[in-house]
Amino acid sequence: MRLSTRDRVTVALMVLIPTAFAAVLVWLPALATIVMSFFDWDGFGPFTEAKFVGSKWYSDAVTIYPAFWPAIQHNVIWLIVLFGVATPLGLLVAVLLDREVSHTRFYQTALYIPVVLSMALIGFVWQLMFSRDQGLLNLLFGTQIDWYGDPKINIWSALIATSWRHMGYVMLLYLAGLKGVDPSLKEAAKIDGASEPKTFFHVVFPVMFPINVVVLVITFIDSLRAFDLVWVINRGRNGLELLATEVTRNIVGEAQRIGFGSALATIMLVFSTIFIIIYLRIVLKEDR
Amino acid sequence: MSTATAAPTASDLIKNASKRPWTKGRIATHAFLATLTALWMVPMVYAVMASLRDYQYTAKNGYLSFGGWTFANYLHAWDVGDFSRKFLNSAIITIPAVILTLFLASMVAFVIARFNWTFNIVMLAAFTAGNLLPPQSLLIPVFKMFQKFEVPFWLSESGTLLNSYWGVIAVNVGFQVGFCTFVLSNYMKALPKEIYESAMVDGASIWQQFWKLTLPLCRPSLAALATLEVTWIYNEFFWATVLLQNGDMFPVTSSLTNLSGSFFTDNNLVAAGSVIVALPTIIIYFLLQKHFVSGLTLGATKG
Repeated sequence: MRLSTRDRVTVALMVLIPTAFAAVLVWLPALATIVMSFFDWDGFGPFTEAKFVGSKWYSDAVTIYPAFWPAIQHNVIWLIVLFGVATPLGLLVAVLLDREVSHTRFYQTALYIPVVLSMALIGFVWQLMFSRDQGLLNLLFGTQIDWYGDPKINIWSALIATSWRHMGYVMLLYLAGLKGVDPSLKEAAKIDGASEPKTFFHVVFPVMFPINVVVLVITFIDSLRAFDLVWVINRGRNGLELLATEVTRNIVGEAQRIGFGSALATIMLVFSTIFIIIYLRIVLKEDR
Repeated sequence: MSTATAAPTASDLIKNASKRPWTKGRIATHAFLATLTALWMVPMVYAVMASLRDYQYTAKNGYLSFGGWTFANYLHAWDVGDFSRKFLNSAIITIPAVILTLFLASMVAFVIARFNWTFNIVMLAAFTAGNLLPPQSLLIPVFKMFQKFEVPFWLSESGTLLNSYWGVIAVNVGFQVGFCTFVLSNYMKALPKEIYESAMVDGASIWQQFWKLTLPLCRPSLAALATLEVTWIYNEFFWATVLLQNGDMFPVTSSLTNLSGSFFTDNNLVAAGSVIVALPTIIIYFLLQKHFVSGLTLGATKG
C-alpha cells in the first residue's frame, strides 16, 4: 500500500505521541527504578555523583530492615486468601448463576456493587463493621475487639474487606467465560452420562483456560500491589505492612531513602513481570 | 426455513428454564445465593442506615435500635469533608484524563489495526503490560522527575509537575492508555478492511479515515471504555495521594485518609461520607451497567 508523505507523518505521529507518554511515564521509570536500586543517591544532587553500591540495599532489606519480612509475609497471606477463598467463591457463584438462567439478575447486580467502589472507600466503609467502639461486629458479638488496630488480627480484617470486592470481580469474569463455552460440549458430556460436577471439572473448566489465566494473573498482581486499603486504615503499619506501603514510605515518608526504596520496588517489578509475561502470552496468542 | 421453526430459539429456552420445576437442587442454589447476597449487602445497607441516624440517638439507644432519623449527617459530612472542593478536584483530574486516554489509545489502536506490521504485536504487548505494573514500583523515578520538571506558575502553583493536577492527569493517562489500546485495537480489527479501500479511492487521508470513518464506528466500545475509565480514575488513590502533597488539592478518593481522622469519633459521619463518595460510581454503574460490564469483559476475554 502506497502512502503519501503527509499520511506517513500522520501515522508516525499517531504512534509516537502515545508511545512517548507510555515510555516516559511507565517504561523509563521502570528501568530507572532498577538502576537506582544499585546506587546511593541523596535525591538532590546530580545522579552522576551517586555512588555505586552493588547489592547493598538488597542485603539491607533482607537482613536489617524490620518491616521487610512482615511485608513479604503479609503479601503472601493476601495472595493465599484471594487465591484460595475469594477466587473459588467467585467461580462457584458464577457457575450457580450461569446454571440457574432465571431470577439471577438481582444477585448478580448486588454482588457486583463492591467492585465499582475504590479499595480506599472499602477500607472506609468497613470501618463501620470493624470499629472497636461503634462497629457492627462488636455490637453483634458483644466483644471489644479492635479489628483494624490489633496487629494480630488486622490483616484478616483487611482481607475480609478486600475479598468482599475480589469475589464480585472474579464472578463477573467467569460469567463472561461461561457464556462463551459452547453448549454442545455440555450436551455431549451429558449424553455420555457424565455427572454435572464431572462435566464442569473435565469439560467446562479446561475450556475456559484463557479466563483461568486472566483470573490467576489478576489475583497475583492485585495481591502484589495491594496498597489503598491498608493506607486508608493506618498507612500500612502495625501488622499491615505490605511491599507497596514500604516502597511508598521510603520516598514520601519522613526520610527519603531512594536507593533502598528502589530496591524494594525492583523486587515488586520482578514478581509482577513474571505474571505479565504469562498474561501477554495468553491474551496476545491469537494475534500471532 | 423449516430448521428455524423446528429448533428452539434462545428465548424459548429461557422461558422453559423459568418454568422448570423447583427441585431441591434449585431451592438449595437460591438459598445459597440469597444468603450470600444478603451477607454481601450488610456493609452497604448498614452504612446507609447509620448515615440517616442522629448521633445522639444512636449513642444513647445503640445502632440496633430504631428511630432518630435525620438527614443532618449528610450536610455535616459535606461541610467537614469539604466535598464541594473535593468533587471539583476529582472532575479536574478525571475528565481530561479520560478524554486524553481514549484519544491517544484510539490513535495507536487504529495504526495497529489498520496496518499489518510485525512490530505491532510488540507495541501492543508494551502498552498492555504497562497497565499491569504495580504503580509503587515506578513511584521513585516519577516522583523525582516531576519534582525536577519545571512548568510555568500559571499552570501549577508549585512551579513543578509535582503537586500539580497536570502531573496526576499525565500519570493516569500513561497507565490507562495500555488497557484502552488493547480493547480498541481488538474492536477495530473486526471492522471490514473494505471501508478503507473505498475511502482511499475517494482520496481520504489517513487522518480522515481515522477521524471520520473508524472513530464513529467505534462508538459502542468507546462508550464502554469511557464508563470504565471514569470509574477507575475517580477511584484512583495512589498517584493522587503521593503526587499532590497539598490536602486541598486531593480528589475525593484520596481525601478518605484524612477524612477518617476528622470523622473518627462519629460513625454516622463516616457512614454519610461513605455514601457521598460511593454515590457517583454506583449511579454510573446502575445507569450504564451494560457498558460497564461489556467494557470489563471486552478487556479480559477478547469479546
